[in-house]
Amino acid sequence: MVTNQWSNAVSDNFERFKKCAVDVLSVDESAVVPEATFESLDADSLDLVELVMALEEEFDVNVEEEELEGVNTIQAAFDLVTSKL
Amino acid sequence: MVSARVVLVTGGNRGIGHAIAKRFAAAGHQVAITSRSGQADDSDDLLVVQADVTDSASVDAAVSEVEEKLGPVEILVSNAGITKDGLVLRMSDDDFMDVIDANLNGGFRVAKRVSKGMMKSRWGRMIFISSIVGLGGQAGQANYAASKAGLIGMAKSFAKEFASRGITANVVCPGPIETDMLAALTDAQRDAMLSVVPVGRLGQGDEIAAAVEFLASDSAAYITGTVLPVDGGYSMG
Repeated sequence: MVTNQWSNAVSDNFERFKKCAVDVLSVDESAVVPEATFESLDADSLDLVELVMALEEEFDVNVEEEELEGVNTIQAAFDLVTSKL
Repeated sequence: MVSARVVLVTGGNRGIGHAIAKRFAAAGHQVAITSRSGQADDSDDLLVVQADVTDSASVDAAVSEVEEKLGPVEILVSNAGITKDGLVLRMSDDDFMDVIDANLNGGFRVAKRVSKGMMKSRWGRMIFISSIVGLGGQAGQANYAASKAGLIGMAKSFAKEFASRGITANVVCPGPIETDMLAALTDAQRDAMLSVVPVGRLGQGDEIAAAVEFLASDSAAYITGTVLPVDGGYSMG
């Protein structure tokens, strides 16, 4: 029971995350997979800043500049944001 | 027919800033101005917001108030500025820093704060009011000149960073303009200044406002990172 609730919460969050990524990066939903790198999604540094701002608003969290260091994939960004929930 | 925009003019309570604010308001835009006191004369058609541009929290609160009452800022005229003139040897560290903080850092604070909204709407105009003094220097104004020159490098960086988002950033360098700031000069100083202005007179605040209005327009979408002196020919060549 608990496991299902947990994985539902995670997949709900990922859906919300995906929507932000699609809106900001103008990519297809199908491209937003955990292992995708931002480079492969044609996201430059300004895109990333915009994405982080959108995620901060969507999830009502705060992400510090230093924390973005090394966050190169969708999975990494998702983990960073959800770790703050 | 020009689309009505939300305009913010810092230091729009008097002088050049006020002339700019009035011109935008007369053209049908929704205009907010900041002043340190939160007061301004001749401001019935303006939203007056209290702000001290040397304080990030104050800037944040002021812009939030504008966003709440008028909407996201689409055109920013970063004009707030002070002078603390003095010869280098007699200029304290504080006098130097205070002017940099208000004129340059203040410009950064406000521009950064409004850039988020501009990025979201993929449209924005930032016009930084520099000065001919920022281009050519002026004895007794090392601090003011440094702050105004600094705005140029900063504006160009903004221009490059935000170009892909439909946001332009430009600089206007007013020459000698008939305002309080110049009323403080002696007759001898004014005459000396006028003798090197080819057009042979002081400029009017509205003449600066006209240049700013153009740079803020849809027609100026292909103009970014420029420095436009409006100075009767003073700084040419």
